[in-house]
Amino acid sequence: MQFMLLFSRQGKLRLQKWYVPLSDKEKKKITRELVQTVLARKPKMCSFLEWRDLKIVYKRYASLYFCCAIEDQDNELITLEIIHRYVELLDKYFGSVCELDIIFNFEKAYFILDEFLLGGEVQETSKKNVLKAIEQADLLQEKTETMYHSKSFIGYKKAY
Amino acid sequence: KSKEAEIKRINKELANIRSKFKGDKALDGYSKKKYVCKLLFIFLLGHDIDFGHMEAVNLLSSNKYTEKQIGYLFISVLVNSNSELIRLINNAIKNDLASRNPTFMCLALHCIANVGSREMGEAFAADIPRILVAGDSMDSVKQSAALCLLRLYKASPDLVPMGEWTARVVHLLNDQHMGVVTAAVSLITCLCKKNPDDFKTCISLAVSRLSRIVSSASTDLQDYTYYFVPAPWLSVKLLRLLQSYPPPEDAAVKGRLVECLETVLNKAQEPPKSKKVQHSNAKNAILFETISLIIHYDSEPNLLVRACNQLGQFLQHRETNLRYLALESMCTLASSEFSHEAVKTHIDTVINALKTERDVSVRQRAADLLYAMCDRSNAKQIVSEMLRYLETADYAIREEIVLKVAILAEKYAVDYSWYVDTILNLIRIAGDYVSEEVWYRVLQIVTNRDDVQGYAAKTVFEALQAPACHENMVKVGGYILGEFGNLIAGDPRSSPPVQFSLLHSKFHLCSVATRALLLSTYIKFINLFPETKATIQGVLRAGSQLRNADVELQQRAVEYLTLSSVASTDVLATVLEEMPPFPERESSILAKLKRKKGPGAASALDDGRRDPSSNDINGGVEPTPSTVSTPSPSADLLGLRAAPPPAAPPASAGAGNLLVDVFDGPAAQPSLGPTPEEAFLSELEPPAPESPMALLADPVPAAEPGADWHPGHPAPLPLPPRFVCKNNGVLFENQLLQIGVKSEFRQNLGRMYLFYGNKTSVQFQNFSPTVVHPGDLQTHILSGLGQPPTKRVAAQVDGGAQVQQVLNIECLRDFLTPPLLSVRFRYGGAPQALTLKLPVTINKFFQPTEMAAQDFFQRWKQLSLPQQEAQKIFKANHPMDAEVTKAKLLGFGSALLDNVDPNPENFVGAGIIQTKALQVGCLLRLEPNAQAQMYRLTLRTSKEPVSRHLCELLAQQF
Repeated sequence: MQFMLLFSRQGKLRLQKWYVPLSDKEKKKITRELVQTVLARKPKMCSFLEWRDLKIVYKRYASLYFCCAIEDQDNELITLEIIHRYVELLDKYFGSVCELDIIFNFEKAYFILDEFLLGGEVQETSKKNVLKAIEQADLLQEKTETMYHSKSFIGYKKAY
Repeated sequence: KSKEAEIKRINKELANIRSKFKGDKALDGYSKKKYVCKLLFIFLLGHDIDFGHMEAVNLLSSNKYTEKQIGYLFISVLVNSNSELIRLINNAIKNDLASRNPTFMCLALHCIANVGSREMGEAFAADIPRILVAGDSMDSVKQSAALCLLRLYKASPDLVPMGEWTARVVHLLNDQHMGVVTAAVSLITCLCKKNPDDFKTCISLAVSRLSRIVSSASTDLQDYTYYFVPAPWLSVKLLRLLQSYPPPEDAAVKGRLVECLETVLNKAQEPPKSKKVQHSNAKNAILFETISLIIHYDSEPNLLVRACNQLGQFLQHRETNLRYLALESMCTLASSEFSHEAVKTHIDTVINALKTERDVSVRQRAADLLYAMCDRSNAKQIVSEMLRYLETADYAIREEIVLKVAILAEKYAVDYSWYVDTILNLIRIAGDYVSEEVWYRVLQIVTNRDDVQGYAAKTVFEALQAPACHENMVKVGGYILGEFGNLIAGDPRSSPPVQFSLLHSKFHLCSVATRALLLSTYIKFINLFPETKATIQGVLRAGSQLRNADVELQQRAVEYLTLSSVASTDVLATVLEEMPPFPERESSILAKLKRKKGPGAASALDDGRRDPSSNDINGGVEPTPSTVSTPSPSADLLGLRAAPPPAAPPASAGAGNLLVDVFDGPAAQPSLGPTPEEAFLSELEPPAPESPMALLADPVPAAEPGADWHPGHPAPLPLPPRFVCKNNGVLFENQLLQIGVKSEFRQNLGRMYLFYGNKTSVQFQNFSPTVVHPGDLQTHILSGLGQPPTKRVAAQVDGGAQVQQVLNIECLRDFLTPPLLSVRFRYGGAPQALTLKLPVTINKFFQPTEMAAQDFFQRWKQLSLPQQEAQKIFKANHPMDAEVTKAKLLGFGSALLDNVDPNPENFVGAGIIQTKALQVGCLLRLEPNAQAQMYRLTLRTSKEPVSRHLCELLAQQF
């Protein structure tokens, strides 16, 4: 996999993960182009499309689009299930996940993704194992930090 | 809420964080983490972050896990190889890798995998294999290490040392832990591409692993079962790994594998264990990967046919995704001899898909599949369906469909009348999408097959009778009637005058290129049908032709009119003879389709436009009278320029000379002489190895500079004087185009980079910059496009884009006028041409020479012959500033000698001009007179013209 993007129905990027080296400018250009292309597609259309020399696999969950770019010889259907498994992992961790969870706890979304996919390849498919790793990490957190977000931080985020 | 409010709020927050970081009070780990996290959040909102890296790096060495974690996240997301930071980061990573704390080790490995830069590779590529195969590494660490190594290997394969660890990596396929296997397979799949033999043992291990998964019950694998499908990700990866190798040689292994593949195919027929789409997706992911492996082996007819039947079922599945994938996968099945026939049985379903699918990407797959399954038996059906589809096809894919239809029609034509009909239909239905290659090709085929010429003439004649017909139809019609109109002239309904007036009725609606082609058709008519001569001469003589604002049309009208009036019938018949057959070669349409599919399609060179001297035979923009004579068969109709052109037959060269004679007669067109010669010579001469476009040697000595200049080229613009002393800058600029130049010279060699910037938002087409040496300049200086040929300029320049061209220059002997750069392109359909002098003057090959006063005066005296000296006294055009003058003299190339001239106000310089044939020593002296605002410049060189020329060049500068 070359990269994964999560964006909202309004086209706001919520998470980006790049597995190939690209300049910031290219990343922005790709993001803009893909968000537009995918948002323009109708619900019943197929989840795959050719884009440049890559294949795009995308799926919508509620207000969020999950979009992966894979190479020519990669398997589209299994990529679709990579997306689903990631959604399941988020869901299990946050307890019925919604877009706001990913906005406000973006670091967790990244940590979970790193346990599941690394360098663009599936690392661990067992839900139990992935969440165990994350929970272990959470246990290492100092007690004083369980209320990790200071008030001002949350207040700041709520401004948007 | 609004955009501005957001930006304001963020800037405020950024300022706050910045002040916290800069403040005197040292921040504790917690606040540091908080602010780094905020920065990250702001970055992910899409704003630029240019500070905080240091604080993030500090977090890495925290022993609190969450602080470390945020530090790593920031680094992974935001670091670009900022070398100083990388060293600090690497240090922290090194510590964590050595910590023996698996959680910390994983964090560090994730970071390496996420950044994956070369610097990190250099630091860690040697350590990670060790961690990966160490007996005491935790499973999770092994998993991360495997994929981390994979990322580093992909980024810089040279940094990952192969060694005894590779054998142990293969054995990870046997690992107890499914997660470790899952990670390891990816690594092995990548590594074995380069070293297949080192990893060969993975085949049998992969097969046995796969076989265990495939035959396991859906619950055996516990958490690795996904919606009742056992280990789908691992299965797909194992099947991918096997596709790196040919079928297993060991019969037992092979037998086991075939069993697996059959099991997968069988399971596809079983009722689903769940209604969930995840179940069917996971199951079918394995199925499609299995089919890919079967196609890869291409050796088991039984399995291939079963695969095809399975895909056939999917063609009518209600899931769009499955229909899409089935169409795609069948495309590859169609190319196997074992399954081609089986694929063909689904033709009706596929045609139906082309008509009814609502998603354009699915329709595209259907069109691809029809193309792939086409052969002689179904070509007529498929071509006619594709033609019908073309009428309603999405604009985005029309050109591709046109190309495909053109290729199929040619490849599977049983009778060529069907082929001609098909191409004419293409033009009728989608004329805008019919590229030059396509209609060139039909002309070529008609020219080469005399059995279809009469039919072609009749058909185009009928097609042209439509009230509105596409310009491409006029082109094809004009060309074919000009060649073969005589074949239908017997019928009074298509008598010569009827043919002519039909064509001429379209004339005024057409573009310049088409009108130029029609003029050629008219002169051919004069030869074919003498009775039309008077009418056609009348048309040519009309003011709208003879005084046409377009130089090409005007020239054709003048030449054709003269040709028709001065040449005898015999001469006319020779010059205007029917075109000889074209040499058979691969269709360039095919090449075009391949290019379109390729990743670099947009920038791909259009071969046909590469060489301006040979491409326009049919387009008719190049002012070569040889268009109407018999262009040599090597004339590049299809633009396949790669092969050296075969020698032109003497007949056509003769025709070229003949033409010159005709025009050297009464009509005395001085500019016409060399053109045909040049065109032929450019065809005849194999490109010199140094400079592929190495410029046409000019056989006719020029009477005066520019006399041999192509009439189609505008007169060259003067070289801005500043380029005499400067090597870089903007050479030319107007509303459309900017040309920048950068050059360097050493001894008698030079290299020049030309940058062409399209200032508009519209693509330039047929963009072709060429270098021309007027007169016998070529014997003095050689400049050619640099090797490798990829450095050539693309034929299209997108709006706002810049392309680069490299020029290698060699100075053979002293020269006076610079080589010329001729740039032609089409902008919004209108041809543009301009000619510039290249900033290559003799002084560029100056080598400065330092010498003492004594030596200088000795040499000065040696060069005392009157013709060796050139002197100029002139008024200053610029303020007389000693520093500026010095800089200009240095830029000019000579050394500046201090303490030579007794008067310190004066400047004295010395240098040697390096050419291949000889060296010219030069001495110069510049005496400013500030009171009178005058200069006196004296040059002494060993060669008279050089003295004068340098003196003139330098005098412009002050």
